[in-house]
Amino acid sequence: MSSSEEKKAGFLAIELDGAGYENLATAVLAAESAGFHAATFTDGRVPGRANALQRAAFAGPVTRNIAVVPEVDTVYTEPFHISTQLASLDYVSGGRAGWIVTAAESPEAAAAVGRSSVEGAALAHEAAASIEVGRRLWDSWEDDAVIRDVATGRYIDVDKLHYVDFETPSDFPGPGYSVKGPSIIPRPLQGQLPVLAAASLVGEGLVPADAVDAVLVSAPTPELLAGEVRDVRARLGASVAIVVELDVVLDARGEAAASRSGSAEETGRARFIGSAAALTDLLDSLLQESDGVRLHPAVLDVELDELSRAVLPELRRRGSLRAPIQDGTFRDLLGLGPAENRFATTATGAGK
Amino acid sequence: MTRDIFQPSGQIQFGIFFQGVNSGTIWKAPESGSQTDFESFRRLVQTAERGKFAAFFLGEGLRLREHLGRPHALDVVGRPDAQTMLAALAAVTTNIGLVATQNATYNDPADLAHRLSSLDLISGGRAAWNIVTTDNAWTGANFRRGGYLDHADRYRHAEAFVETAKRIWDSWETPSGPARRVLHEGQHYTVDVTPLLPRSAQYRPVLFQAGDSPEGRDFAARQADVIFSAHPKFDNAVEFRRDIVARSVAAGRGANAVQIMPASEFILAATDQEAQDKKDWVRSLQIGPQQAIAYLEQFWGRELSSYDPDGPLPEIDPVVEETSETRGSGFHGAKARQLADQWRAEAKDKGLSIRQFVTSKTARVDATFTGSYTAVADHLAEYARVGAVDGFNISPWLVPTGLDDIVNHLVPELQERGVYPTEYRGTTLRENLGLETPVRSEEPARVR
Repeated sequence: MSSSEEKKAGFLAIELDGAGYENLATAVLAAESAGFHAATFTDGRVPGRANALQRAAFAGPVTRNIAVVPEVDTVYTEPFHISTQLASLDYVSGGRAGWIVTAAESPEAAAAVGRSSVEGAALAHEAAASIEVGRRLWDSWEDDAVIRDVATGRYIDVDKLHYVDFETPSDFPGPGYSVKGPSIIPRPLQGQLPVLAAASLVGEGLVPADAVDAVLVSAPTPELLAGEVRDVRARLGASVAIVVELDVVLDARGEAAASRSGSAEETGRARFIGSAAALTDLLDSLLQESDGVRLHPAVLDVELDELSRAVLPELRRRGSLRAPIQDGTFRDLLGLGPAENRFATTATGAGK
Repeated sequence: MTRDIFQPSGQIQFGIFFQGVNSGTIWKAPESGSQTDFESFRRLVQTAERGKFAAFFLGEGLRLREHLGRPHALDVVGRPDAQTMLAALAAVTTNIGLVATQNATYNDPADLAHRLSSLDLISGGRAAWNIVTTDNAWTGANFRRGGYLDHADRYRHAEAFVETAKRIWDSWETPSGPARRVLHEGQHYTVDVTPLLPRSAQYRPVLFQAGDSPEGRDFAARQADVIFSAHPKFDNAVEFRRDIVARSVAAGRGANAVQIMPASEFILAATDQEAQDKKDWVRSLQIGPQQAIAYLEQFWGRELSSYDPDGPLPEIDPVVEETSETRGSGFHGAKARQLADQWRAEAKDKGLSIRQFVTSKTARVDATFTGSYTAVADHLAEYARVGAVDGFNISPWLVPTGLDDIVNHLVPELQERGVYPTEYRGTTLRENLGLETPVRSEEPARVR
């Protein structure tokens, strides 16, 4: 073990897609009490999968500490709606919301909304534009815009509301668009929700690194993850948090992981197959390299049970797992300071 | 045969319409809470559920109202996304219906149908869609599509949209799937989708609609489960019911297929006199001096702050070139002069000050039930007896405590009279409203 002053404490996120929409409350509460710091919700066109943002919203009021972070597509969706929905998610979760930005590559998603398929580098342009719209709209109300001044009869101070006047850049591939603003909802509780995206979507010529707060890093095998983290860190700089993606199949309920992992689908993520003890060691080392790890359990109930019983307690004992922050925000978890408002007209409430 | 003859249920139900943005919601009283904090919504929805309300409605915002070219400062501004909030409220409720007002112009049918299905499944079959349309480019400025719909196309577009959504919801081969592919090629959009979600416990989301023009009524009679009408006064309600029954039957649906829940406001107290006094207080807080002047300014197209809100209407004429977008729908300047003359004459006739005049125009005068709990309960029992309405959609004037009086005092009075549910009939909105099971929509033959 490394010396205690060198030891970093990271966070763990768990992907809850396996809970569906019927066992959501049970699953997210189990994840919270196991000590997970964030629950993520995959989206995309899979039969039986309900909208991720709504599943996250449902999870919000049932929990108290765990961050709720849905994937939301940026290509075939309305940026104005996304921004409002995510801001609302922040309200219903008490400031624990985040956004995993995705850029749908699926021709089916395009056909569903009657658009032609967006491909290649254009995907990142769509994502970058949506993030920019979202962030500008979140800032379009200053924190103290609602004044409720009975004497003058003014509910808001209109000087603290701002048009965002977003226009897609001239080199935007595909149909450009504009968004006027301001947002329909006051600034989210966190000011700016943390924005996460796959590392492959972020960088020069893609989504600018300063547009996101964290990247999700994948590698073909668990052994290659640490090296990939170092590469991404070198490429994107230190200001972006790094979250490692890991599929997990554990020995559980008297069955060896290897025999349970037989027909696993191809996810493009590293897959750990083995015992809780071996996973603990792997996570321990990954948490030294990264800011956090997102686990994708093979069978939610089974893995979550094993993780909460045998993995998280040991990681906590070793000091490599962050203690949950009572009533903390997702920004707190990622170590982000207060979000400055780009439109702020006064110094109060802004600044780090 | 009997399907063609309307049968009163002898019951009324309540819904709550949390509009969020209007002059009806009082924010100036000390007990007014936040319009955005989750706790306000939780408090209201749980009170409504305690009072066996059938449904909780949320309004939708697509662009902030403006006044003389800037965001409107005087009334409540800003509200959460309807479906996101309702998904969260699904977690803290068990029986009440969750109704999202969603625009058929600035949403994609496949995406909206999927999200409403999600809400329906997450809530165990309690979701509904309050269908609205918009056609102005001013709202479109916030969306990829921009403003693209001619006014005349509004209902044609909305109807094609709703039919596509129904086909998506009805696309399952068995209750749990798989789904058949849904294609729509229309003037305004193209949809080619294989739906992902199974049938919900109530088959598909319940549809609410509020159009009042002849086109709007026909649209509702063909497509909606419940009409959110603007006719709560007894005689108007009876007449409206007759009209909707005729239109429903003409559309090939049963006389009871479409329910009616008018928008309404309740101002209640222990005695009639107290309720009248309360009404004066409510109105004074809904339409303060600044709101009264601002209301005229949007029609006059100019600043009128030098006028006394307790004096007569301005003698100065409106600016006719200007178009006000305060209400988001656009008031066209050409009619401004005519309207001003009309209003000045009306106010003079009735001896009304600016404030009194604006209150008479903006308060839900026709939609307000004022009186003692027992008097109002007697009055509502009469609606139930003849089947004038199926229920009322109540807009509370106070958040989050605006339903307390109704749930604590009016509901028990109605229950004693046997005209209001004492328990939820079931767990889905469709069951609780007593709606017929929807007929599964047929796929058009051209679908591959």
